[in-house]
Amino acid sequence: MSGAPISVGFIPLVDAAPLIIAREIGFAEEEGLDLKLAPAPSWSTLRDRLAMGQIEAAHMLFPMPVAAALGLGGFGTRIDILLVLSLNGNSIGVSRALAEKIRANGYEFDFTCAKRAGEALIAALDGPLRIGVPFPFSMHAEMLYHWLGALGLKAPQDLDVRTVPPPLMAEALAAGEIDAFCVGAPWGSIAVETGVGELLLPGTAIRANAPEKVLAVRHDWAEAEPGLTRRLMRATWLAGRWLARPENRGTAAEILALHEYLDLPAELIERSLTGELIISQRGELRRVSGYLEFFEGAAAYPWASQAALVASRLAARMGLGREEAMAAARAICRTDLYRRNLADLGAEMPGAREKIEGAMTEPTAVATQSGKLILSPDAFFDGWIFDPSNP
Amino acid sequence: MSKKLSIVVVEAEPERAALIEASLREAGDFEIAVIAETAGLARRISERNPDVVLIDMANPSRDMLEEMALASGPLERPVAMFVDREDEGMTKAAIDAGVSAYVVAGLRADRIKPILDAAVARFHMIHRMRAELAATKRALEERKVIDRAKGLLMKARGVDEDAAYALLRKTAMDQGKRVAEVAQALVTAAGLLA
Repeated sequence: MSGAPISVGFIPLVDAAPLIIAREIGFAEEEGLDLKLAPAPSWSTLRDRLAMGQIEAAHMLFPMPVAAALGLGGFGTRIDILLVLSLNGNSIGVSRALAEKIRANGYEFDFTCAKRAGEALIAALDGPLRIGVPFPFSMHAEMLYHWLGALGLKAPQDLDVRTVPPPLMAEALAAGEIDAFCVGAPWGSIAVETGVGELLLPGTAIRANAPEKVLAVRHDWAEAEPGLTRRLMRATWLAGRWLARPENRGTAAEILALHEYLDLPAELIERSLTGELIISQRGELRRVSGYLEFFEGAAAYPWASQAALVASRLAARMGLGREEAMAAARAICRTDLYRRNLADLGAEMPGAREKIEGAMTEPTAVATQSGKLILSPDAFFDGWIFDPSNP
Repeated sequence: MSKKLSIVVVEAEPERAALIEASLREAGDFEIAVIAETAGLARRISERNPDVVLIDMANPSRDMLEEMALASGPLERPVAMFVDREDEGMTKAAIDAGVSAYVVAGLRADRIKPILDAAVARFHMIHRMRAELAATKRALEERKVIDRAKGLLMKARGVDEDAAYALLRKTAMDQGKRVAEVAQALVTAAGLLA
């Protein structure tokens, strides 16, 4: 392949799809890039490779660059968010023993109502809930603290959120080290297939259209290489648009399944792309609209208010100054580059950098530079909202 | 004089763990423990209460240590990923070698340096050995496949071994492939047709 070489690190997950598709379907090549994709064994290693310049860009959990901006973990290198790669895509699963108790409490696994599912889960506990997430700075952890906290479970006495690498999640559940997990696709489906757990809820039931992964680069690199940054953003955004077309899902699943990417059965991968999930070994099927979103509703736009929300929560948990944390997090959201580099491709351009997070229960029209844009609902299950100007 | 530093090495393969341990012993007088099990890793480490933890960056369980590095409950010691802003070269050398070090906050750089230097040298060697082993294994497997493909051709076309190999090599050149790939395709096809 010709073009300027650029290496991008990723974790083998379905939501790395925009990067994989950018390479495989040729969007990167069209933009004059030879996109080299390098799988990483863990999020911390991916972060350190990026910080140390072994790779130019990375697929990252939304809260990771925010944590770096707050000086939490890693080397203190400033990492910027160029765009959001995906929304949602996670699922919460429980051990089979716990699933049985939850059913006995009358919850029929409708896979929709976070309040009833959470109450039935809490009622089924004998002690603190031990729940696995992929990384301490993850939307998984944020969602769990919000959901179970709103229903009265207090961390850390009632709620023990532990880091377990996704490929080891099913094993940890089987060994009784955790009671439940929150994990990205396709690892929830794998826990179902291997018979160790059942799926309780999709992440979307806790918050609609929550940002999940981002395309991250070193701030210094983005400043030094505006041309490569532009090409990388365009190729990735075009790949997200391609992924949003339902007719491309089968192809996408086959590509992601390849040995050099996820190396897992395409059928399991396709479940998360279509939002048709099998939640138990009895083969119960649940359809989830917007289970994993790459594009609709200006999905890729890096809202500074979203970073401020995560920063505000991390600051509260870690005992840091909230205002300072929010300011540092806002600065890394490169809405300026989004405008400069994607406008002529027809990307939707929200007029603002911030919005009130969680305020939209319905698709909502907002003003943009070119007219009107319909934003997707972003409400939390309990109606909580975050006003970044008045947190 | 401060007490002996205690080091935990997280490594599943006993041979590699022994190599790392040996080189640390050469570097200084440390208390060294190896943890091979990744299940319950955070608990196993906090039981030992080490000053330094060394783990291969290729180990997926490393993310569990990130969590420990954040926890500073009353019973746990604050642990930080090794960062020495004075000596970025040392950190970079460690990352390039593929070793990550977690140290108790406040431990002086001059006490960590010999440990990290020894670990970096050993990790470079281990990674080289691992690459060599993988390459040798692949080469042996490829040779087996090529031998089988030659056998198939000799039987089907009634040619000798040299002619069979020449045919494989010519096909590979014509198709822009490696001999091993052509041989593998032939063996697979023959298996399907048999």
